[in-house]
Amino acid sequence: MAEVNTGGGGEQKKGKPKKMTLRVDFTPMVDMNMLLITFFMFCTSLAKPQAMEIGMPVKDDLKAEEKSKVKDDKAITIILDGENKVYYYLGMPNYTDYTSLKESSYGGIDDPKSLRTMLTNRNRIAIQKINRLRDMKNRKEIKDDYYKEEVSKIKNAKDGQAVIIKPTDKSSYQNLVDVLDEMAICQIGIYAIDDPKEGDLWLVKNLESGGELAAKSEL
Amino acid sequence: MSKVKTKKHSTFIDMTAMSDVTVLLLTFFMLTANFIKKEPTQIVTPGSVSEQKIPDSNIMTLLIDKTGRVYMTLDRRDNKLAVLEEIGKDYNITFTPEQKKSFLDQPTIGVPVSILPKFLDMRLEQQDEVLREYSIPTDSTNNQLRQWIQHTIAINSDINIGIKADETTPYPFVKNVLDILMDLKQYRYHLITTLEA
Repeated sequence: MAEVNTGGGGEQKKGKPKKMTLRVDFTPMVDMNMLLITFFMFCTSLAKPQAMEIGMPVKDDLKAEEKSKVKDDKAITIILDGENKVYYYLGMPNYTDYTSLKESSYGGIDDPKSLRTMLTNRNRIAIQKINRLRDMKNRKEIKDDYYKEEVSKIKNAKDGQAVIIKPTDKSSYQNLVDVLDEMAICQIGIYAIDDPKEGDLWLVKNLESGGELAAKSEL
Repeated sequence: MSKVKTKKHSTFIDMTAMSDVTVLLLTFFMLTANFIKKEPTQIVTPGSVSEQKIPDSNIMTLLIDKTGRVYMTLDRRDNKLAVLEEIGKDYNITFTPEQKKSFLDQPTIGVPVSILPKFLDMRLEQQDEVLREYSIPTDSTNNQLRQWIQHTIAINSDINIGIKADETTPYPFVKNVLDILMDLKQYRYHLITTLEA
């Protein structure tokens, strides 16, 4: 398809070399490139998957004193149930009052019932501190390393907010990741994943029945 | 009537610019390409706000699909070979060089050890079909996943562990795998997610 045209046209004087215009047709080349691009677009993933790093507590080394390190009033237990239901209670479970367990949701900050609203309220001081640090970092007043160090200090402060996540057998993996997400959003450094105890499941049932179970067991 | 003379235009379009653009695009795609790995089941990872990247290399990925089937991938070939030999020792199986090669070519580990030699004798395309029917047994009586992980860790203690589960996977299946890791004293791992918009 490449063409070599003699330019000018008309009669040319003898002795003068012919002017050549060289024109190559690039259409097949473009076709091939387009095919290759399509191939690469379909066969590759541009976005690398993200990862959440979690560290589980070491089972054997957990001493009694460490277990009780979290103050009762600073602990929140979140129970993940099936059908995207989520419940939480503060501190120790209160089996006599069924309203101590509250139903919540995975919604955003605009939902007054959501976990995020609850956790941001509870963890307000730490979030404020971290936001201030972040502002300072953005203004280049402090270094990155210092920022990271300070944030982890705030997050892991002994009197900080602690969360215990208890996914029931009916919950899905998505629920777990959602809650872990909330931990990251609400700057909660102390959290653990645990199995729900019988008492926890009982609390959920009790709430669903509106305190009937508690009333029955008292009789 | 005078004839309306239409000037003859050449239909020749200069494709040089177009070609330049496509070549540029092509270069971009080739440089940023990381190929989608073949997986025996489709796994939709849940979205999260985490912006961490998973480690590029030296990673062991555990795939858990929504029906609870578990598969495993190892990215380092030398580890893979060593793990296969260890597993062979456990079950008194000696693998032929062809079987070893086939094991290295197949990215997913996902059949019970009892049928592994037969599985490795098949062609790669056949293997993919068979993979869909099997998975690594994880029951407490025949916990082969534990063995695979145990050998991998013994060979390469610095390996990163990634868990890639479908968003609809019921939690007990995930917990089962997490418990195995906990049992093997592996407390740090990555949950693979996609970035939420």
